[in-house]
Amino acid sequence: MDHVAPSPSVSFETSPDRYRHWKLTFDGPVATLAMDVDEDAGLRPDDYKLKLNSYDLGVDIELADALQRLRFEHPEVHTVLLTSLKPRIFCAGANIFMLGTSGHGFKVNFCKFTNETRLGMEDMSANSGIKFLAAINGICAGGGYELALACDEIYLVDDGSAAVSLPETPLLGVLPGTGGLTRVVDKRKVRRDLADHFSTLTEGLRGKRAVEGRFVDAVCPTSQFKEAVEKRVQELAAMSDRPASGPGVTFGPLEPVIDGDTIRYKYVTGEIDRAKRLCALTISAPEAPQPTTPEAFLAAGDQSWAIRAFRELDDALLRMRLNEPEIGTVLLRATGDPQAVLDVDAALLAHKGHWLVREITGLIRRTLKRVDLTAKTFFALVEPGNAFAGTLFELVLAADRAYMLDDPDTPNHVQLSAVSGGLYPMSNGLTRLETRFLGEPESVGKALAHEGPFDAAGALEAGLVFSSPDDIDWDDEVRMAIEERVSFSPDALTGMEANLRFAGPETMETKIFGRLTAWQNWIFQRPNAVGERGALMVYGREGRPSFDWKRT
Amino acid sequence: MISSERIPNNVDLGGNKRLQRALEHWQPKYLDWWREMGPQGFQQHHQVYLRTAVSVDAAGWAHFDYVKLPEYRWGIFLAEPTPQRKIGFGDFKGKDAWQEVPGEFRNPLRRLIVVQGDTEPASVEQQRELGQHCPSLYDLRNLFQVNVEEGRHLWAMVYLLHSYFGRDGRDEAEALLERNSGNADTPRMLEAFNEPIDTWLDFFAFTMFTDRDGKSQLLSLSESSLDPLARTTRFMLTEEAHHMFVGETGIARILERTCELMKESGFSGDVRRLGGIDIPLIQKFVNFWFSQSLDLHGSEVSSNAAAYFANGLKGRAEEDKYTDDHVLASDTYILDMLDESGRMSQQEVPMRNALNEVLRDWYVGDCQAGVDRWNKRVLEAHGMSERILLPSRKFNRRVGVYAGKHFDPLGHPISADEWERRNHEWLPTSADKAYLRSIQATPVFEPGKFANYIAPPARGINRQAIDFEYVRTEA
Repeated sequence: MDHVAPSPSVSFETSPDRYRHWKLTFDGPVATLAMDVDEDAGLRPDDYKLKLNSYDLGVDIELADALQRLRFEHPEVHTVLLTSLKPRIFCAGANIFMLGTSGHGFKVNFCKFTNETRLGMEDMSANSGIKFLAAINGICAGGGYELALACDEIYLVDDGSAAVSLPETPLLGVLPGTGGLTRVVDKRKVRRDLADHFSTLTEGLRGKRAVEGRFVDAVCPTSQFKEAVEKRVQELAAMSDRPASGPGVTFGPLEPVIDGDTIRYKYVTGEIDRAKRLCALTISAPEAPQPTTPEAFLAAGDQSWAIRAFRELDDALLRMRLNEPEIGTVLLRATGDPQAVLDVDAALLAHKGHWLVREITGLIRRTLKRVDLTAKTFFALVEPGNAFAGTLFELVLAADRAYMLDDPDTPNHVQLSAVSGGLYPMSNGLTRLETRFLGEPESVGKALAHEGPFDAAGALEAGLVFSSPDDIDWDDEVRMAIEERVSFSPDALTGMEANLRFAGPETMETKIFGRLTAWQNWIFQRPNAVGERGALMVYGREGRPSFDWKRT
Repeated sequence: MISSERIPNNVDLGGNKRLQRALEHWQPKYLDWWREMGPQGFQQHHQVYLRTAVSVDAAGWAHFDYVKLPEYRWGIFLAEPTPQRKIGFGDFKGKDAWQEVPGEFRNPLRRLIVVQGDTEPASVEQQRELGQHCPSLYDLRNLFQVNVEEGRHLWAMVYLLHSYFGRDGRDEAEALLERNSGNADTPRMLEAFNEPIDTWLDFFAFTMFTDRDGKSQLLSLSESSLDPLARTTRFMLTEEAHHMFVGETGIARILERTCELMKESGFSGDVRRLGGIDIPLIQKFVNFWFSQSLDLHGSEVSSNAAAYFANGLKGRAEEDKYTDDHVLASDTYILDMLDESGRMSQQEVPMRNALNEVLRDWYVGDCQAGVDRWNKRVLEAHGMSERILLPSRKFNRRVGVYAGKHFDPLGHPISADEWERRNHEWLPTSADKAYLRSIQATPVFEPGKFANYIAPPARGINRQAIDFEYVRTEA
């Protein structure tokens, strides 16, 4: 069968010296992240210009990179001032022409990544001791306001024209899908009718009305704006428990080796089988002794396993999402010495109050969430010699199913560590064990209290794996399960998995992915948005959209 | 315990650890089931002259000897492979046949095998009391031959479940022994297999009509893209032929005897007075079992049938005799349907959806040929004017477009009232059954002797004499 070559690859790696769209500057405990989008430097410069500080995936990849470096490379940074270098323009949101000319899958992945990045900012505020203040100096529309909403506080210049707005519905026939609607009511707790009105105003709100409705925290005249912002960021910085000075850990490039359909990092390998639409994704345990103290972690820099392996996994997941849309099923394996993973866990738990250790667990936590949110099937294959222990066992729990070989002649074990008791909560706020055992909460404590490893029968009994075929059945069971899986509708699987993975309570995060994004993805498929006369398609070109008026 | 000596096979049981392990659990349960649910009263002290398949070649598939029923060597046989066999129909036509189950079709294939497998032990259960009322040792032996081979057909399906469907397959194999015919809690899957077969006329009609449904199902499965399933069912067909022989000749012999009795009774028509079975009563059993077996073919318009064909799981009987493209992507079939007012109308449906009906066409034709032989070779030969009629396929249906409607045996629509008033004319009544039970109350165990209602066969089994001791009691 013929296979379409993968579309031009997107790389998620960059560094400040290569930024085209952001300026990152430092002044004591305050970092200023200023948007200054190069309109000719979009990912597809022939198709659209990034006017008015509008953004595409490339702009957001730089933002995500900057955030990661602030976390790890700059412990002295306690507050981030998010602003713009363009006069009277903050950010006009995602580029509409980029959206209009992108395929559905790309749009979905773009929105997912931007959502994860903004949630990463809130994660920094909640867990890293880094607050964000958005200083809005002018036009702040759609995705621009959504970016501001991800900050802890929003200051808006009161110059008679600067406004915040979510014009997606009235202007484009879509939603502010990067958390906008959710954050307005869930985070900023704007009254529903005011939010409803706001979400239909093309021009948005400015000045007093914006602050009264809680759409922003403060408005200041132009003359006082800079001073007010500076005062507030210092106050926010004073609340942080981050150290006053470095050193941090500098992130060098990952430099994976790509050889045909194989991508090989130091600890992570991805091998694609295009005919079967599978990716075998293998993560290996540390093979050399790992840091056991914060000082040792600092000394190891970006080469400690805990940082390196999860940066690699994160990068591999992102590449797979964007660049390998036809690879629908991921077979997760972990190899190496499980004790080495448990030793890392012990160090992470013993020093969890240290800023760097906190960042390392944050990196792992966000990467595991990335697995949860990846629209591909994950089957964990637990075979003899596996390293699914502690932190890596979270991958088994993140998988849609785990198959564990039960061969009486070859020992095969998995092991939990205390990290599964709360270090890596999912976006629903629960641990993966709690989510898994929603109907039998006692099983969480039992699994965590279990001394030592589980063999296959024990893991099955404890509800930790889906199936434990014996050596005679293994090959066939696993083969048939995979063949069956890849034969199902990819759309139905995406919906099915997204519904089954997040049992339990709703959080703002689950609402963003489960409600806002799901509706947005529906709207993105509808003729009212993307038909010939759909709102997204006629925007800025010709006349009014023409709608099918039926509601369901 | 699991050895090729005890279990004749051509599937390399000795080298197949998976199969050995599965059978170690299953075989003792099978033997328990056989003792409990198999032929009653003939397990311990009787030796039966039976055919046992010990290999698939001409010499081996029909090895005759005396054997105690529980010691019958149920074997596992696949017909010889066709080298480089290709898929013969459906969307995968022309591709290599599957030597393993594709994950995508695991569930529908398992379902097909389980449904087929469920019928095999069911008929043994249905017939378990019959031996106590046999019309001759010859018939008793035939009953047991049918029974042990239905048991072997269960083994054949269990072999597939054990070898190709993992743990789910093993669970299903056990469940095949846990469901029982007529059991209120765990009945057999298909309704026709929950009706008791407690008279020999039922038995002959069942083997004539219902086993023939088995034949058409096996023919269509023997076309399957899953090569082990195709080969297994091809070998089963060689044994199934004997079952239909038992049914067709059984009824022929009853008709034969009935003709003789009619002559003896001076054409008064009162055959029952002489202990025979009158033709109208035989006709009722034909009506009943034929219509039941029609239902087994499923609905006239079926998305399952279409999917089975499209995916190459189940073809048409004797697929290579069809001259079309064997893909049937755009072919159509004209069906007699009922419109909303109950009027008959002809409707064009996609051929793939109509394949149950196509198989039913094949089945009706095969039944008609058998009925024609009865009429010609027995009734006509005796100068009788009566004929056995195969009823219309609309008659007495509970599945498909005619279910819930009423038709007489000629297929004319009738009212519910008329059906209530007259169905006793067409279908066996409890009085009919009581009469049949009365004439078979005393079994005939003397070699060469036959009950009064049935004629001896033309010849014995395996060239043995008719008065051969086909079943003997151990001293």
